[in-house]
Amino acid sequence: MKSFSYMRARDVTEATRAAQRPGSKVIAGGTNLLDLAKLSIERPSALIDVNRIPGLKEIRRLPDGGVRIGALVTNADLAAHPLIREHYPLLSRAILAGASGQIRNMATTGGNLLQRTRCVQFYDTSDRCNKRAPGSGCGALDGANRMNAIVGGSASCIAVHPSDMAVAMRILDAVVETTDAHGAHRRIPIDDFYVLPDAAPQHETVLTPGEMITGVSLPAPPQGMQSYRKVRDRASYAFALVSVGAIAAVEEGHFTRVRFAFGGIAPKPWRIEAAEAALRGKPRNAQAISTACDIALAGAAGHGDNDFKIALAHRTLIAVLGA
Amino acid sequence: MPQAPDALLPAPELSAPIGPGNVRREGHSKVTGNALYSVEYQPDQIGATEPILYGAAVLSTIARGRIAAIDTKNAQAMPGVRLVLTADNVPRQSPWGPLNAPVRFARSQPVFFDRTVRYFGEPVAFVVADTFENATAAADLVSVRYEPLDASIVLKESGGINPAPLHGGKSADSRTGNFDEAFAQSPHQIDVRYDTPYQNHAAMELQGSLAHWKDGKLTVYAPAQIPDAMQEGLAATFGLPKDRVRVVARLIGGGFGGKLPYFSDSVACAIASRILKQPVKFSFTRQQMFTATTHRPAVLHHVRIGVGADGHIHALAHDVVSQTASFDNYLDGDTMGAKGLYRADAIQTTQRIARLDLPRSDSMRSPGDASGTLALESGIDEAARLCGLDPVEFRLRNDTQINPSTGQPFSSRHLAECLRQGAEKFGWSTRRKRREGEWLIGYGVAAAMRDNMLRPSSAEVTLAPDGVLVARLAMTDPGTGSITVLSQIASEAMGIPLDRVTVLIGDTDFPPTAGSGGSFGAESAGSALYEACVALRGALQSKAEVAAGTHLHFADGALIAGDRRYPLGRLVGAAGLTVQGHTAPGMEAKRYAEATFGAHFVEVAVNAVTGEMRCRRMLGAFAAGRILNARTARSQALGGMIWGLSSALIEGNVVDPRGQFVMRDLANYHVPIMADVGAIDVMLLPEIEPVANPIGIKGIGEVGINGAGAAIANAIFDACGVRVRSFPITLDKLLPGLPTLT
Ligand SMILES: Cc1cc2nc3c(=O)[nH]c(=O)nc-3n(C[C@H](O)[C@H](O)[C@H](O)COP(=O)(O)OP(=O)(O)OC[C@H]3O[C@@H](n4cnc5c(N)ncnc54)[C@H](O)[C@@H]3O)c2cc1C
Ligand code: SF4
Repeated sequence: MKSFSYMRARDVTEATRAAQRPGSKVIAGGTNLLDLAKLSIERPSALIDVNRIPGLKEIRRLPDGGVRIGALVTNADLAAHPLIREHYPLLSRAILAGASGQIRNMATTGGNLLQRTRCVQFYDTSDRCNKRAPGSGCGALDGANRMNAIVGGSASCIAVHPSDMAVAMRILDAVVETTDAHGAHRRIPIDDFYVLPDAAPQHETVLTPGEMITGVSLPAPPQGMQSYRKVRDRASYAFALVSVGAIAAVEEGHFTRVRFAFGGIAPKPWRIEAAEAALRGKPRNAQAISTACDIALAGAAGHGDNDFKIALAHRTLIAVLGA
Repeated sequence: MPQAPDALLPAPELSAPIGPGNVRREGHSKVTGNALYSVEYQPDQIGATEPILYGAAVLSTIARGRIAAIDTKNAQAMPGVRLVLTADNVPRQSPWGPLNAPVRFARSQPVFFDRTVRYFGEPVAFVVADTFENATAAADLVSVRYEPLDASIVLKESGGINPAPLHGGKSADSRTGNFDEAFAQSPHQIDVRYDTPYQNHAAMELQGSLAHWKDGKLTVYAPAQIPDAMQEGLAATFGLPKDRVRVVARLIGGGFGGKLPYFSDSVACAIASRILKQPVKFSFTRQQMFTATTHRPAVLHHVRIGVGADGHIHALAHDVVSQTASFDNYLDGDTMGAKGLYRADAIQTTQRIARLDLPRSDSMRSPGDASGTLALESGIDEAARLCGLDPVEFRLRNDTQINPSTGQPFSSRHLAECLRQGAEKFGWSTRRKRREGEWLIGYGVAAAMRDNMLRPSSAEVTLAPDGVLVARLAMTDPGTGSITVLSQIASEAMGIPLDRVTVLIGDTDFPPTAGSGGSFGAESAGSALYEACVALRGALQSKAEVAAGTHLHFADGALIAGDRRYPLGRLVGAAGLTVQGHTAPGMEAKRYAEATFGAHFVEVAVNAVTGEMRCRRMLGAFAAGRILNARTARSQALGGMIWGLSSALIEGNVVDPRGQFVMRDLANYHVPIMADVGAIDVMLLPEIEPVANPIGIKGIGEVGINGAGAAIANAIFDACGVRVRSFPITLDKLLPGLPTLT
């Protein structure tokens, strides 16, 4: 771990300006950044602590029936909030399926969206990794890749985005709100927020240097049963092998409205609207669900250790959407 | 249950077969954070006047080859750096080994003594600085250039060699009867291969040391399970007489066999402390623990069982190949279950080792048996099913009171009682295999056995004039409860209330013991302490000059002879009275086979859709001799059973193509969390071991893990009909066997 300077930002302007400097990093809960810094995977020269910035810890109801979540709202507070539990149970469940109670007490909404991959080679500074050391190669493609992606990856990176919360937010059509170093605000739909690795896996989002997440807003929830199911290697406190979030409305045995997305299989929450459309009006049975899953996973390929995820994704989706 | 008549029982003054459940004496200090572990001592607590320096290690990034050059310039230039130790400047030490030393853990273990790299993650440099941060930052800047060579890192059956030449010609194989013939003639045959994975030590306390070289004497504070072995090893490494090395291991934050050996941390700290004339401390990071210490080897098992039409086992073979490091000879005792669990006309076991370019394998809780019984007890389940017998009944039918491979009678063996009483309590006969929604419910059973061994140990007790008893012995307490049970033994043997008994352990200045490990700790140290108490009683008795033939006993801090009462403190002079006791295996060890037994019963749920597996209910029934302390014994059994669950479902490491362990932190290297465990219960059967030792106990630290994982594997098969023969049974291995969804 290398030495760094530490600054406590008073407001967003101060934070974004400081964070814009090369080597600077915003720190919120620190549950991801500090681990990575200790292992010399992240090597910040300056930490900009945003935790004292006022106004970023609120959860507010919006006039259109949605909610706005401040960037510093902790995962624990968000999951437990009555508005969320009542209207977005999918989000509560997804958050509670992640990490541990202690970590969720520290972890923030902004930090969760920006947590880095858990790819084991990314964590091993002695191995090749295009994300950590651009141009060095990918140690996962021909190495251990049980936790890696089956869709959305590239020849340079097959890392998974590990967040459970982000999967729920993707289904809920969340919009990420940001402010950059020049004071400009953006509202970025979550699907556009994440970028696929292609040839430059070090770029994971569309954020510009210094640009900070100030909050996330969710539109009013769509109708339907909300669920989140996470399949993992132990009963709790493990990242997803495959997770499925869904909102489904069924009438007379047929899907009328359905949204679903996967976690644990792609570099970002994996939602394909065409696959959802294919289910509309279809009978609620394994075959129809499996066909929709085929569309969602078009082009999916395992890399050895993670081959099983294709079948597991199908089975989990059937478990979630099936009768 | 059958039991020797009372008069023959050892140590009648100790509590009845199941002792009280005293809480751990050091427990409060641990849970309140006041307990001090080895690397936490401050200078004044170790008699140092200078500040303590901090070390950081640099590990190799190839599996095999040579170090062409180490550039330490940048590291040396960092603030606060005092020393960078490498093969270029390390002082002379004794050569590594010898391979075949009588005590493996007392071998000489020099650091950085040549430029050869033997495994990925081998320490190659050690940086010492004034602060932890400076040492760590500087270690990042040490740059090593390697000349790699092809490495052999994959465990294959064909890669096994007979380890006998590396063990002074001693063979680990066994053979009774003619296996090939008996197997060929058996109407029911099981012929299957299992594999069990690498498991890494992940105790809460990291491996680390604090070394202080003062006045020509080295003191090392380290979590050594066997301080005496470490003392001998360090003395050998540095070519010193033993009395110039002292090892202190007062508290250990989990050992599990991972702290039986000592490691480069203590050697490097000692060298640095000698050069820098200041105490030096260092702890491996969690990530470094995975390669720089030892692990449970991966093992390939070939299990063959031939069963007669009557359900009797005619032929049993367990042939294994286990990993060891390229420069070592560690042999996991995987075939011990096959040698002793069941009667069979012919038993054949072979143990081969594959010397790979991987870190050293060595002991981990129930070394050998833990992996061996995963395979064997799964195979036994397969055999029972093949003959259409209930797996409890099948085991009962093949029970024996004679060790089948040595012909020795067991000194005490109540496996059948464990199976019967466990089955009764668990509700085995009324179990109902069923489906609950997505979940398939199944049941499994397995037997457990762990050899019992007494190791030479000694202890010293001092009775002070105020009647307080202080015991001293170089025993350790890696969280098992040694301090507590030793205090109980002394208290009960002397009739001195527990609050007037102090047990001091973990210091080579005290009489030597076998330390903790192999389930021999409480038995060996406890017997030595008991013998010391018996000697003290004799001495006190003669001081009291009690007339011959007077009935006497020790109670409430006094010697009571007839109607006279002698408070113990008054029988000793102002200096108090100190006597020693000693124990060592006697003739019984040769005449009898000694082992602890048990039986596991589990209920699992397998998700028919996703393949997730959950252990809902576990019961372990054990007959482990006298139970000194019902609470600490139960904890040992629970811990073992949960590790068995871990081995069945969760835990195991893999090696990447470079020879690096893939999982190196607790986010990736999974062990069970509370939610994985479900309902878990332990039954301790009353039994007093009649011959193994003077206190009637047997080891209980390891038996809990043996068979527990197999019971789960058997229950999974029961639930869903899929037999996964590669541990751990993660859902990716189960999925292909589950029915497709329609
Ligand atoms: C052992 C373990 C298990 C875990 N298991 C799970 C799991 O199962 N599922 C899951 O989803 N997660 C899991 N997590 C991850 C956890 O959810 C994240 O670590 C956490 O959400 C990160 O939030 P934080 O506030 O601590 O982020 P930090 O560590 O503070 O920051 C993370 C990143 O976000 C940046 N950042 C933070 N806030 C902002 C902001 N407002 N604007 C711009 N940049 C910002 C930081 O610069 C940094 O790059 C686990 C973590 C651990 C340690
Ligand atoms: S998958 Fe991506 S993160 Fe993992 S090693 Fe390859 S490049 Fe690095």
